[in-house]
Amino acid sequence: MQWQFSNDAPIYAQLIRGIQIRIVAGIFPTGERLPSVRDLAAEAGVNPNTMQRALSELEREGLLYSARTTGRYVTDDVKLVNSLKRRLAEGRIGAFLQDMRELGFESEELLDILRQELEKEE
Amino acid sequence: MAILECKDLSKRFGSVDALTDVSFAVEPGRIVGLLGPNGSGKTTLIKLVNGLLTPTSGQVLIDGEAPGKRSHSLVSYLPDRNCLPQWMTAGQLLDFYRDFYPDFREDAAREMLSRLEIPEKRRMKQLSKGTREKVQLILVMSRAARLYLLDEPIGGVDPATRDYILQTIIGNYNPEASVILSTHLIADVEKVLDDVLFIHQGHIMLRTSVDQIREEKGMSVDQLFREVFKC
Repeated sequence: MQWQFSNDAPIYAQLIRGIQIRIVAGIFPTGERLPSVRDLAAEAGVNPNTMQRALSELEREGLLYSARTTGRYVTDDVKLVNSLKRRLAEGRIGAFLQDMRELGFESEELLDILRQELEKEE
Repeated sequence: MAILECKDLSKRFGSVDALTDVSFAVEPGRIVGLLGPNGSGKTTLIKLVNGLLTPTSGQVLIDGEAPGKRSHSLVSYLPDRNCLPQWMTAGQLLDFYRDFYPDFREDAAREMLSRLEIPEKRRMKQLSKGTREKVQLILVMSRAARLYLLDEPIGGVDPATRDYILQTIIGNYNPEASVILSTHLIADVEKVLDDVLFIHQGHIMLRTSVDQIREEKGMSVDQLFREVFKC
């Protein structure tokens, strides 16, 4: 998964979102150790202090925790990760719905086209 | 303690005020972008910090001391032009730097040379301009310095090398050391910086952090720069 940054939001906030997505997607699996700040910063191409700030924020949210000597881990609280997944999904669906309304789709019509597209995928 | 402190620093060349009352401090572990249009005083400021110029008034303190013998051992400086002996090969330059600087990490330099596929046996004058710049930057970044002063480190190289250089700066990150880099290629360096100093006609006109600009203005540093320095 590539790191990409937009111009209109703070970088640390975009890092928080990017790490959340990676946790939800299982790229950073629950209960497992996270790469070091330096490695994460290098991978994302960002300042290590900014990465540190994002990680501290995620620790406060309870999504990450630090073990004194061995580094930083993803929470093993599956419920917490699932509710985050739900929250992220709702955000994206909200944006999607707005787009579709803009195109003039009503709910029924929208469900129809969604079903058709999903069938095509399968 | 701040690794670098500038107090009311001014520099006049004849009747031209190159820098006027510049004051700021840089704490350890920070990567600071010195941003300004051509001729705004970036290089003058860097040369003053490095002791290559003496201030007309005001003070520069590096780790609490004026630029001098001790500061040269703490500061690794990348000039805005290539100043390496052109008859030397990259390999000879490694020896040269090792002799000069006890903090030179030869292994790191060698690894970067091979990563960028720069032959150690080729003389500087046989290399392209961009490659010479790479060699010089490798030498500078291979020192375990407390303060890196990089004057336009990414100006003359291709975008892929630019990425590699920025990766090197991130990878080299040390909470005890600071980096000051001047550039006008802001979009490229923005993600790597903690703080930015906007410099205009010898004055510091803005000093803030990258994320503060984005948070308060809802735009990138690059966009803000284009707005502030609109011609």
